[in-house]
Amino acid sequence: MKVTVTVNGGEVAAEVADRTLLVHFLRDVAGLTATNVGCDTSSCGACTVLLDGRSVKSCTVLAAQADGRQVTTVEGLSSGSEELHPVQQAFRAEHGLQCGFCTPGMVMASVSLLAENPSPTEDEVRSALEGNLCRCTGYHNIVRAVLAAASERRPS
Amino acid sequence: MVRTEDPRLLTVGGTYVDDLREPELAQAARVTFVRSPIAHALITGIDVSAAREAPGVVAVLTAADLDDLPPPPPDSGLTGTEGLPFPLGGHWSEPLFAVDRVRFVGEPVAMVITDDRYQGEDAAELVSVDYEQLPAVVGVAGALAGESLLFPPAGSNVAVSTGTPADSAAFDGCDAVVEQVIVNQRLAPVPLEGRAAAARWADGKLTLWVSTQNAQIARFILAGALGLDPANIRVVAPDVGGGFGAKIGVDRDGLLVAWAAKHIGRALRWAETRSENMLAMTHGRAQRQVVKIGGTRDGRILAYRLEIVQDTGAYSRMGGFLPFLTSLMAAGPYDIAHVETAYQVVMTNATPISAYRGAGRPEATAAIERAVDLFAAEIGMDATEVRRINLVPADKFPYTSGSGATYDTGEYVAGLDKVLTGAGYAELRAEQARRRETGDVLQLGIGVASYVEITAADADGGETARLVVHDDGTATVYTGSSAHGQGHHTAWAMLVQAELGIDMSKVTVIHGDTDLIPMGVGTYASRSLQLGGVALQKAAIEVKELGRKVAAEMLEASEADLELDVDRGVWQVRGDPATSTTWAQVAAHVGEAGLAADVNYTDGKPTFPFGTHLAVTEVDTETGKARLIRHVTVDDAGTVLSPVLAEGQRHGGIAQGVAQALLEEMVYDAEGNPVTGTLVDYAIITATELPSFELLASETPATVNPLGAKGIGEAGTIGATPATQNSVIDAVSHLGIRHIDMPLTPARVWAAISEARESR
Ligand code: FES
Ligand code: FES
Repeated sequence: MKVTVTVNGGEVAAEVADRTLLVHFLRDVAGLTATNVGCDTSSCGACTVLLDGRSVKSCTVLAAQADGRQVTTVEGLSSGSEELHPVQQAFRAEHGLQCGFCTPGMVMASVSLLAENPSPTEDEVRSALEGNLCRCTGYHNIVRAVLAAASERRPS
Repeated sequence: MVRTEDPRLLTVGGTYVDDLREPELAQAARVTFVRSPIAHALITGIDVSAAREAPGVVAVLTAADLDDLPPPPPDSGLTGTEGLPFPLGGHWSEPLFAVDRVRFVGEPVAMVITDDRYQGEDAAELVSVDYEQLPAVVGVAGALAGESLLFPPAGSNVAVSTGTPADSAAFDGCDAVVEQVIVNQRLAPVPLEGRAAAARWADGKLTLWVSTQNAQIARFILAGALGLDPANIRVVAPDVGGGFGAKIGVDRDGLLVAWAAKHIGRALRWAETRSENMLAMTHGRAQRQVVKIGGTRDGRILAYRLEIVQDTGAYSRMGGFLPFLTSLMAAGPYDIAHVETAYQVVMTNATPISAYRGAGRPEATAAIERAVDLFAAEIGMDATEVRRINLVPADKFPYTSGSGATYDTGEYVAGLDKVLTGAGYAELRAEQARRRETGDVLQLGIGVASYVEITAADADGGETARLVVHDDGTATVYTGSSAHGQGHHTAWAMLVQAELGIDMSKVTVIHGDTDLIPMGVGTYASRSLQLGGVALQKAAIEVKELGRKVAAEMLEASEADLELDVDRGVWQVRGDPATSTTWAQVAAHVGEAGLAADVNYTDGKPTFPFGTHLAVTEVDTETGKARLIRHVTVDDAGTVLSPVLAEGQRHGGIAQGVAQALLEEMVYDAEGNPVTGTLVDYAIITATELPSFELLASETPATVNPLGAKGIGEAGTIGATPATQNSVIDAVSHLGIRHIDMPLTPARVWAAISEARESR
């Protein structure tokens, strides 16, 4: 079937098998490999992207379901490695990543959280990230990064 | 400090194996493994005809196709008692594809190669394997019962048996003796990136891209398994999404991908699913221990015995190495006059056991730290007081422990006291007393674990570094060490900047490519900084001395009069900043010959990091649910190069350690079927189950290497697990509970509470 998705502002159209998952569409068709696959039970959140501005696990969405809609991946957050989005910047400043495998999903989940709740408490950050697993950081610096990004955005 | 790795990882993501878009892999086909669904069975037939006809199928391969491999190496004669981390050979050998018999659920039986990934899933289902089921050997008890054998020619499920016989007189002078059976449960390592490989055979040369901690070791293993000259193999480790010991070298699945690419002459890719990863990579821990501890009523421990049965799973990938390390570190940080250890390694129909963050040392610490708490309870003394009395005092170093390890440097008591003060131990005990008094549903537990561990145990294996300074003033580091999240690129750039004054931003670090770095060991055993870092520091010093000669010539001054201004990164005549020359100019002056140094550092020695963890938990006495609310630690790993990176290692280790204590366990049913084989059933710890951690600083330099560094990668898992376990048990100790095995799930804690209440 033919699927057309606006990915990071640009249109990507392709003929794909019906069962193609959005995450595979992004990686194999759109060529955007930052979004990772960490499990096969929709447990890890490594594949988190924004679909029409809301975070989804892209391994649980068919490419067909994204037809005609907008997807943002971590590649679409900033214009390059020099100019980081505030959340990316905070992850860097607070050492919120180690191996980096969970990071694109973790950043997108955090962006989505802050869009809904611009000044979360530590507990709220932890709850919001419950569906995103990280095996390296113990979450300590991830939580600090999200809190730092939130206070950065708050006019003081 | 911010990491040089991060802008890329944060914006376009890392390049993990499955992200590779190299032109050589453009036509790569996909590998899907067919794995055994049965724990123990004879294979009576494999029919691949239907799968071969399925859409997109390029090939279907089984053990019958492995006709172009060298004969397996002769039996090494190793019995596994030598304490070396090698697989047992002979009867116990692990094949590539299962031959005639499967021994664990997840064992590779066949491989389907297809044009795309979805076709592979379909075709794999069409491979029909006939099994004749055999009784499964489940757990240590099943192995020792010996009613069913994994390797009948061996005549036993016990592969290794060694140690000192129990000396009953050893406990004679003790006022109190306690014995306890402790299960250190089987865990899945779960790096967030599973195993993955891509392979290409062209012009007589094999290239394998593989998610590994050790490209050079992977090359060595490949050469042996495929009968190739190492010169005709290139192994590349691109970004690696976590390893935790489970990605050392390359295992049978990766070897099969490499072999198949050569066998069918087509580039191949493989990235396992998480469910495959949970069953077919490796597992860790899996020891049943019996501890016996005795001492005087005033708190002095006189004797300790640790007996281990290591469940090694279906194949012995590390011989007797893991329980050997556990035995070596059995005495922990305590000065105990008499220590005995003994261990067995037994085969079971479960995923093979290998290194997992800590690899043998967390098991040692868990045993002695439980034992100390049991002994303290027996004599009615505060467990931290018992620790203080028995910790090796600072003036006794170097100190050889009762279990035979020689600890280099340490301030064990100071570390304990720092944690107790930092946590507010007295106030915590007061709060605990208050809650006990009022019968609060949420009881407070305070658990402490002091540890010493061994890092870079194989220091004499060495590590390599090559440093080149270029005529544009930049530098390139080629390191034998290997990164999978630790931050090597940043740390190595820091070392170059510190020695040469070349700004970190101008230092490129290259690792994990055997064409560029043929010699190296890679990363495990917390060895990177103390071996690979020292190698690089030595290379930098050599480059500096070369630079001095050249700069002296250029500035027409004597070498003795020259100094390197490390802030500006320029050479100058002492006291005369006006006459100076930059690294770029020096390198340009040398020209082709290059400004470079190669070091293979083999003079390192193992180091012994130590510390204390204190965990505060709240246990709901109505549901049994335990929740970690504070975690305070000292983890002394000698001189710290980068506090940020070192803390990151501690954070991650603590989380994994807490997860073992509270949540994680690979469970098998009576038929050897995994019950917790997906991330739905296997409880990886999440952000909601952890507090922020309270890390205290302590630096007691190592004396055996010039950086003063010890390893920090595994400390977290070593200290956090017993501190958390002790904490939960402490929360319910007033009910008469002395021990609960891990993981301390609500069901287990609740069962212990009800049993204790009934027996009152
Ligand atoms: S890949 Fe794990 S949730 Fe999508
Ligand atoms: S940084 Fe490795 S999984 Fe999160």
